[in-house]
Amino acid sequence: MGEEVKLFRSWSSPFALRIVWALEIKGIEYEAVFEDLSNKSPLLLQYNPVHKKVPILVHNGRPIAESFVILEYIDETWKQVPLLPEDPYERAMARFWAKFCDDKVLTSIWSAFIKQGKEQEEALVAAAENLKFLEKEMKGKKFFGGERIGYVDIVLGWLANLVSIFEEIVGLKIVDERKFPLLYSWMQDFAEAPIIRDNCPPRDKMIVKFKALLDAAIASSSSSSK
Amino acid sequence: MAGNGDGVTLLGYWASPYALRVKWALKLKEVHYEYMEEHLPDKSPMLLQYNPVYKKIPVIVHKGKPLAESLVIIEYIDEVWKHNPLLPQDPYHRAKARFWAKFADEKCVPAMFRAFSKVGEEQVQAAKELRENLKILESALEGKQYFGGESIGFLDIVVGWIGCWARMTEEVAGVNMIDADMIPLLSLWFQKFLELPIIKECLPPQDKLLAHTKEFHKMLTMAALT
Repeated sequence: MGEEVKLFRSWSSPFALRIVWALEIKGIEYEAVFEDLSNKSPLLLQYNPVHKKVPILVHNGRPIAESFVILEYIDETWKQVPLLPEDPYERAMARFWAKFCDDKVLTSIWSAFIKQGKEQEEALVAAAENLKFLEKEMKGKKFFGGERIGYVDIVLGWLANLVSIFEEIVGLKIVDERKFPLLYSWMQDFAEAPIIRDNCPPRDKMIVKFKALLDAAIASSSSSSK
Repeated sequence: MAGNGDGVTLLGYWASPYALRVKWALKLKEVHYEYMEEHLPDKSPMLLQYNPVYKKIPVIVHKGKPLAESLVIIEYIDEVWKHNPLLPQDPYHRAKARFWAKFADEKCVPAMFRAFSKVGEEQVQAAKELRENLKILESALEGKQYFGGESIGFLDIVVGWIGCWARMTEEVAGVNMIDADMIPLLSLWFQKFLELPIIKECLPPQDKLLAHTKEFHKMLTMAALT
């Protein structure tokens, strides 16, 4: 067909992983280009000069950056197995929840992991409040997309494997099964879905990576405090 | 526009640029809507009911169903009312428009806010960052009259308010934000865009906005100094 699809990713970027999942779910053939983010390739810098980040999708030589933007592009270009709902209101709500997941859920859970002391306590409280909204959204659904994985599931998917890694490293419960039973069971269902399970970075490597990030954050915060 | 023939209500605030861009979208689509002013900082029970997650305007209610987040609302409007399309038809150009909308909201706007609300070195750095990011945004014009091409589109109405607010905050905060030498094309586009009758007639009264901006600035910089 002459379609050339390349995905610039790293081995662990959760944002790039969203695109891997979307391409795999739609059965789109693509070439994965693994970047070492400490030593970015000239091609990466050429394709995403504004942010210099992964993921970047290059379709027939034309680059697209920013995971939400890429996901919508994929859904509009390859119409099989739609990720976003048909109905305009449902589509809008999916976009709303996706934005909420990144702006609120991701930032509060990341803070709960990387911060210490009072900042961590406050982040945990914020995370719990944000998760309550998601728990409510899950009522009567197996996935956010309904019976099968959709746009919001893909956007939130990092929660399914990263949260248990964070919890293991800091020894704190972030997504308590008793408080968030629906969300907790979504995390299991999502992680166990074949395409997701087969396209996840190795857990042991992730633990090493995030432990190193946390150690670095603690070191820099204690060296900068008086 | 008075009357509720299309079944649309918009909850807004007169000084909000986010409500303004939704107004522009509705106006361009010739959608009849009922406008309800929120008397911020007091929030009506209706606002809290329709946007429990963020408790913010703008919110539109269409056929009884509420939607929040201005970019989500604008895309919804574009999908429901198909004439005068805001986003381009081609998925790649749609992706570019969404990419730049995200860039403006995440990189330009926070820098502008910091240049407005901070003092001293923080303010100087923020203003510099804004000028640099506006330069990057200028590249998205690609030598066209408007971001939408010959006529205005999605990105014009998403970004256009910055021209109005930046000039106002320059005056109040005493810092240069729109450097016409640095961004001649964007500067010209801001002028042309804000002069368009359909755009101009939705702008809040400029003297009222200036007084409001001065008050807001006083409050923020006092907080920054304590």
